[in-house]
Amino acid sequence: MVRVVSRRLVQLGVTLIALMTLVFFWLRSLPGGPVDALLGERATPQTRELLIQALGYDQPIWVQYGRFLKNVVTGNFGNSIRTGEPVTDVISRAFPATVELAVAAIIIAVGLGIPLGYLAARHRGRLLDNATIIVTLIGISIPIFFLGYLLKDWLTQDIHFFPPSGRISTGTDNTDVTGFFVLDGLLTREFDASADALWHLVLPAVTLATIPLAIIVRITRASVLDVLDEDYVRTADAKGLRDATIRKRHVLRNAMLPVVTTVGLQTGALLAGAVLTEKVYNWGGLGTLITDSISGGRDYPVLQALILLAAVVFIVVNLLVDLSYAVIDPRVRVQ
Amino acid sequence: MSGSGGIATLGDHKRRRIDELAARTAEAGGVSLIRDAGRRLLRNPAAIVGATIILLFLVVAIFAPLVAPHDPVQRFPELTKDLTVDSMPGPTAGHPLGSDPLGRDFASRMIYGARQTLFVGVLATLIGLLFGVLLGAIAGAVGGWVDVLIMRITDVMLALPSLLLAITLVALASESTQWTVIVAVAVVNVPIFARLLRGSMLAQRESDHVLAARALGVKQGDIVRRHMLPNSLTAVIVQATLTFAVAILDAAALSFLGLGDPDINRAEWGLMLGVDGVRYLEVRPELAYYPALAIIVVALGFTLLGESMREALDPKNRR
Repeated sequence: MVRVVSRRLVQLGVTLIALMTLVFFWLRSLPGGPVDALLGERATPQTRELLIQALGYDQPIWVQYGRFLKNVVTGNFGNSIRTGEPVTDVISRAFPATVELAVAAIIIAVGLGIPLGYLAARHRGRLLDNATIIVTLIGISIPIFFLGYLLKDWLTQDIHFFPPSGRISTGTDNTDVTGFFVLDGLLTREFDASADALWHLVLPAVTLATIPLAIIVRITRASVLDVLDEDYVRTADAKGLRDATIRKRHVLRNAMLPVVTTVGLQTGALLAGAVLTEKVYNWGGLGTLITDSISGGRDYPVLQALILLAAVVFIVVNLLVDLSYAVIDPRVRVQ
Repeated sequence: MSGSGGIATLGDHKRRRIDELAARTAEAGGVSLIRDAGRRLLRNPAAIVGATIILLFLVVAIFAPLVAPHDPVQRFPELTKDLTVDSMPGPTAGHPLGSDPLGRDFASRMIYGARQTLFVGVLATLIGLLFGVLLGAIAGAVGGWVDVLIMRITDVMLALPSLLLAITLVALASESTQWTVIVAVAVVNVPIFARLLRGSMLAQRESDHVLAARALGVKQGDIVRRHMLPNSLTAVIVQATLTFAVAILDAAALSFLGLGDPDINRAEWGLMLGVDGVRYLEVRPELAYYPALAIIVVALGFTLLGESMREALDPKNRR
């Protein structure tokens, strides 16, 4: 087990370094390079010269690359071009907002998706099953930013049920402890702030959960159907085991393996959906940060760090998924 | 029941069963798997629905100039002259769906949109497929360090969620054109096709038909081209069908993020939805509803057909 984990960690390191190397050389191959990107076209030769020296671009490319790698490893990503703040500050400020949104979305997707997929499989070919198939198909075919705007239009404009945007009502007196607003409210016993933040969370979380939910329902259904066909389930049924026992011990447990993989992949991919969702609801997390650092003049230092962060999250989640196999399936443990 | 002597003996039974088997095999023919799958596909209502949607979409895209009442970029100033902040030109005579904020006939833009959307989707899928298949075939056929290198490259590309990779690629491009979007969406699919093809090649490397060809002294290149690639093709075609749906959704998402095609004249559903559609949603929701509906239906069609094909080709479902 330890050997598997350490080998995967080394692989992770190699992948990340390769990714950063690609980004590094790509940025330098741009016409004009990062300096033009930083200064725009109207810069004087003097400011250009100054910036080139300040950023160390007059050094040979291998020296630059070495320093770049050292900075990445030590977590020094430089300063944001837009605001001048250290990149790590900018990112850690936006981080809790997105984590809060992602956690809510994955709770919805898993909490609703697995039971629904299971029920659909048990009622194969009947109304519930067919309805589930159609709805989930639409779920993976709908552009989620459009769904977000639809929900927003119907539930916040036509009927004022949910707040249209933001993480918390303006003027709410909330104390910032962890940056997770719902959690903060609970910690500081400001329960109304917590409830308000939760209320703001509903629509964005539902929007972000749409695709993972649809995919989890479909994979659970397919997986349960596969297992229901197995001989051991028929045997268990034939020898008179109670339905609940068969369901828990034989069906669900065996059907979970592909589901866990899917949940992992979808969790890792949430940041992509968050870019769209956060723009719709003005959420102010990492997704917003990605959009802003692209559209408001390319903020390469921030973008670079965000790409690395997204890759780390994606790979680590997949590693966790692999490890969870060992818990679910004893056969994996042997290898 | 046509035994020669009237009384069926044990030998008769056996012979009849073998005859039956042979007949069935002969009927299935040389490309039995594909023909078999084709027959299952025709019996599957989901496949029929998907294929019908795609066919309609293709017909509209191809014959757009004949179907559309107007030129999609022609502006009709009379439609927008009474325009205020919260009114939008609705349906009038000759303009069944009204016009967009620039006074262009919306119905014509929707119809021409089929063409542009098809263009973006097909090219993004094909470019991704071409490079992916090439890389995968090389990795699978050559093996060794080439294989390791190609697989590590796909690892790096798969280390980012696909839409995020596309966003990154567009962001890193110096300027945005229609091609930036197409290439970004295509590149995202390269590692998927590459891994798919490599997996299929590896599975075949030790299979009987390849061993037989090798034993007969067929050259490595010919084995790959004539015996391995055709067998991998079905999986690639299925994946390409599913990829098309994702490609037009990704292109729409890029447009929404302001990273799409900068040409305001281009009538493409993703662009129409992602830019004007969401901007005027409260004033004139049709501008979003129609392109969104078109995207959903077409994506649904490709997903239905792709999944039915995958299901039909699955050996588990063979009868």
